[in-house]
Order: sequence, then structure tokens, then C-alpha cells
Amino acid sequence: MSQSGLAPQEVASRRSIIDTLELDVRLLGMLMAFAAVALVFTIWTGGTFVGPRNVFNIAVQTVPVAIMACGMVFVIVARHIDLSVGSMLAMSSAIMAMSQATWLPNLFGTEFGNPVVLGITILIGFAAGTGMGAITGWLVGYQRIPSFIVTLGGLFVWRNVNWFTTNGQSVSLTDPNLLMFGGTEGVLGATASWIFGLVASAFAVWGIFASRRNKQSHGFTVKPLWAEGVMAGLIVGAILFFVGWLSRYPIPEAKLKRLFEAKGEVMPEGYTAMHGVPISALILITVAVAMTVVARKTTFGRYIFAAGGNPDAAELSGINTRALTVKVFALMGMLSALAALIAQARLQSHGNDIGMLEELRVIAAAVIGGTALAGGVGTIYGAVLGALIMQSLQSGMAMVGVDTPFQNIVVGLVLILAVWVDILYRKRLGLSK
Amino acid sequence: MTVNRTGTPLVELRDISISFGGIKAVDHVSVDLYPGEVVGLLGHNGAGKSTLIKCLSGAYKADSGQVRINGQEVEINNPRDARDLNIETIYQTLALADNLDAASNLFLGREIKRRGIVDDAKMEAETRKIMGRLNPNFRKFNVPVSALSGGQRQSVAIARAVYFNARILIMDEPTAALGPHETQMVAELIQELKAQGLGIFLIEHDIHNVMKLCDRASVMKNGQLVGTVNVNEVTDDDILGMIILGKKPAHLAA
Repeated sequence: MSQSGLAPQEVASRRSIIDTLELDVRLLGMLMAFAAVALVFTIWTGGTFVGPRNVFNIAVQTVPVAIMACGMVFVIVARHIDLSVGSMLAMSSAIMAMSQATWLPNLFGTEFGNPVVLGITILIGFAAGTGMGAITGWLVGYQRIPSFIVTLGGLFVWRNVNWFTTNGQSVSLTDPNLLMFGGTEGVLGATASWIFGLVASAFAVWGIFASRRNKQSHGFTVKPLWAEGVMAGLIVGAILFFVGWLSRYPIPEAKLKRLFEAKGEVMPEGYTAMHGVPISALILITVAVAMTVVARKTTFGRYIFAAGGNPDAAELSGINTRALTVKVFALMGMLSALAALIAQARLQSHGNDIGMLEELRVIAAAVIGGTALAGGVGTIYGAVLGALIMQSLQSGMAMVGVDTPFQNIVVGLVLILAVWVDILYRKRLGLSK
Repeated sequence: MTVNRTGTPLVELRDISISFGGIKAVDHVSVDLYPGEVVGLLGHNGAGKSTLIKCLSGAYKADSGQVRINGQEVEINNPRDARDLNIETIYQTLALADNLDAASNLFLGREIKRRGIVDDAKMEAETRKIMGRLNPNFRKFNVPVSALSGGQRQSVAIARAVYFNARILIMDEPTAALGPHETQMVAELIQELKAQGLGIFLIEHDIHNVMKLCDRASVMKNGQLVGTVNVNEVTDDDILGMIILGKKPAHLAA
């Protein structure tokens, strides 16, 4: 039996430790690239780059693009593209802005800031996003119009329907319940962050060993216990580092005072509080985990990958690929609405240019994260990491005083480089795709 | 072994027609298939064999004509309907998703689930079982099927058709990409499935294989049925004559 194109001895021994840990080599490469970016900017900025404050900011800024990139992975894996996500974000944002600031308060006669209004607003926004995505999916799946065309049209259409929705005006949004989703104004605080970190760690360890038990129950060989231990250790370490670091970022004293005054109390002398994990990052983590489970453990995810690998085979296997296309785009639309909620909360307003050019960042994040435009290949964690790498690069360059145009040039070059390195690497290993 | 053709046929395709853009790909063709029988479908490329069979597997829908399974008229609108009628197809292109592993392909569209989530370990275990029977040398369970050889890919496609207790099996040139040893394995498998009472439509170009494996042969030319003959009553030259000239041999033309 032929054993694929691997060169014999030296490659074998070099790869053995990676094989034992069953590590994804591509993930390893991305982690190393991320570490390199972090290291360079840490030295360049004399440590400020990895300071709790900047880590917090990068986390908060990455969220909207990363959330949409999760959906984009499914779209691209299914051999489609969505160029309209930035415009769908703007459209959802416009609808949510108008409904919470004008429509619903007028309708119910409630005051601005009523939590019921916000709740209904979010539902309306999600319905709008999902609906826009479903329309795209129907045109692509049932009418067989190429997704590039449909979503290029959508880019123009939704961006400008957005303009009419708000009459071209910005809408100021200051509902504290909304701002909670934005980042700085919505944090867990140190204690809750640590609890979250410990629960997440426990869950990760449980997941690793549950999967091991399931494999053993069918008599498969599993990796040695120490290897599972190392993996579990790395994951838990990363989670707790993230949580611990953000829990060392204090909330400014002036802001704490304001918070106490708002409640009609006086801040005790020497009182301090930490930011901890921002709620928006928590939402991203939830989305990423949920989407990973969908991709790997549900038939929906399995069919997306099958349809991307061989659309005919998927169809002949009895998969309704048309309905599948609608679902994929509808999910993308819903995630755009979620990103819109977080973006408008962070900016504390809805502006006409919200989400402008985000579609390109989202696609870039997915591609840097190893999603193949040919379809059939891609991971959620890769896309999130891709978004994180891009944001870190930009944040780092901004800190050391690189001009914005040059930042964008670098991001563009990194996109090309990432795909190039991937192609070279695959060629060397003799992998076809 | 002789086939008992006294009862109801397992499959009757009656008067099937389908055209694409004015060209009659299949023109009023009728064939049938009995349990435990292998019927070869022969003809030049473009004669309409694959198209005819796709009307049974659900990939196409016939413009006119009837499909009867066990005497019951059925409507097959898509591959799911065909699967529900225990019709399994091994396509010439194999129809495998190259980016997925053997188990995912085998169970594609019919995943084993546990509490709503896909049970990969269970599916791999089942795949190991059936591959142990069909192709004991098969080891590559955890790689995408794009990394497999032609014969290995073929065995995945065959395993997929056999695993789900098919009653009617359609094989579109199952040995085209195979070496002599693997071709022999497929031949043995066909004999075994036949003995279990399955009906098999076999599209095949190699006359030698047709003479060896089939009970009857239906020959098509330009979308029309030339005729159906009992393989043990004709020579390979007779069948070649039907394929090339489009006429039944004189001694059978009564």
C-alpha cells in the first residue's frame, strides 16, 4: 500500500511529537505567527503591547470581525462568498438603532432605555439579519445566481437601504443596557471572570477526556495519557492566562466614582475594581464554540463540508443542498446582526459608515485562518485566530506610530503571505488541497 | 445458477423517455430486473445507459414512463426517494466528498447520531467492520479520501452502497479504475450479493466482464433499446454486433 508522498526518515521523526499530540500543523503555524507578532510589538513598545489594557482593547476590537468570520467560514467552505456582510451589518444596525431610539418608544410610549425595548430591538435586528441572509441564500441556492453577484449586489443595496432607514443621520445610542454589549462598558469584573475561566477550563478538560473515552469504547488506539495531559494543560493555561491578565486591568477611578454616583452612593475610599473579561469577548467565545460544535458534530456542519468538497456527491447522497445554502447564508446574516449589535454598542451610536469594508476584513480573517476559497476546508478557530492576528498587527503598528495607510498595506501583504506559505507548505508535504 | 423470472420483477422501467434540449437521451426504453439477477447495460458512450439508470437512482426525473418496484408504481423525484426504496447506486465518478474521511463518506446523508450529535467513533467502528469484509487491506480511516488510491476510493463507494441493506444495486462501471486483483474482488462481491437476492444493474464496457457476471444484457444505442438477451444464449460477438450495428443477432431476432 502506498503511504502518500511523505519523505521517509527525517520528516517522520520531526513530525512524531506533533503526531503524538495530534496537533493541527496549520493551527501550530498560526499560533507561531501570532506569537511572533506579539513578541515583535512587545519589544518594540517596551512591553505596553502585552499590557492588560492593550490585550483588553485588542480583544474588544476583534469581536465583530471575528464573529462574522465564523459565519464566513461556513459560506466559503460551501463554495460561496458573501461580500455583503458589511452592508448587512449596517442595515441590521440601522434597524436596531431606529427601533430602540424611535420606533418602539413611539409605539409603546415608553421612555428611552427601557430594557423591554432593547429586548424586542435585538429580536427585530436578528430577524432582519437572518432575513437578509435568507434572501441571499434563496437567490444563490434556488435561483442559481452566483453568490459573488448576489452579494456584490447586496453590498450596494443594503448599504443604501440603511441610508434611507436613518435618513442618512447618525443615531446616538446611550442606553446602558445596550452599551453592556460594547466592551469597555460591559465587563464581568475580576471574580466572575475567574469563575468563568475555571468553568471553561473544567469544560475543556471534560471534553478532551469524554472524547477519549468514546474512542476507547470502540477499541481505537488513543494518544498516550501524557499527550492528552499536555494538551489539556496548554488549553487550561491559555484560558487562565487570558482571564487573569484581563482581571489585572483596573477600571479608572473617575469612572468608578461616576458609577457609584449613578446609583446614588458614595464610593468608599481606596475602592478599586478590575475590568475582567468583556461581555462581547464572552459572546465571541460562545459563538466560536457553538459554531465549532455545529461544524464537527452536527449533520448540518457535515453537509456544509460535503457540499463544499463535492457538490454533486452531496446532492446524490440525498442532501438538500439548496435548502442548505439558504441556511448557511441565513446564519451568516444572523451573525452580521450580532456583530452589528456589538459594533453599535462599542461606538455608542449608529453611523452610516458602520461596518464599511468589513466584508474584506472578514474574508481576510477566514482566509488567513486557513479557509480555502476552493471550498471544503476551513476551521472556526482558524478564522478567529486570523481576525486576532490582523487586529494585533494593526493595533501594534498604531502603537508604534505607523500611519493608517501603511497599516492597511501590511495587512494586505500578510493576507497574501499567509496563503502563499500555506501553498508552499502543502506542496512540500505533497498534500493536494 | 439460473434466475427465477416467474414472479414479479424487482424493478420495471417502462417506456422511459428523457430529453435534454431537444436531444432524446433515452427514447421509450423498457428494462426489468428480477431478484438475484445481474442485468448488464451496454452501449457506446452516449448511448443513454447512465441517463436511464439515473432516472432510477433519482439523479434525473424521467419526462415520461413508469418505474415499478415489486409491481408497485413509485415516484422517484430525488436521490432520497431512491434510498428510501432501498436503491443504492455506485456512480462512475464515485460521488465521494474528497475532503471527508471514509466513514463520513460512507454515512453521508445517513449519519449515526447520539443525542442529536454525530457519533464519529461509532461510524468509524462500523466502517472498519464493513471494510474488513470488503477490503481487508484498507487502513486509512482517518485521512480525507482524496489521499486514497483509486481502488481504495472504489471500495469506499461500494461499502456505502452495500452497508445500508440495498435490495437494488446500480453499479456504473465499478471496475473502470481498478487493477486485476481489485476487479476480481468486485466480481466476487457481485456473486455474493446476487446470492443474497439483490438485483443488480451493471453498466459495463468490458464484454468479458459482461459474459462472466451478467445473467441478461440490455443493449442501448442512440437512446433506444436495441434488445435484451440472455447472456448464456449468445456469444460475445453477438453482443458486440448489437452494440455496433444496433441490431439483434439473426438467430434471436424472431
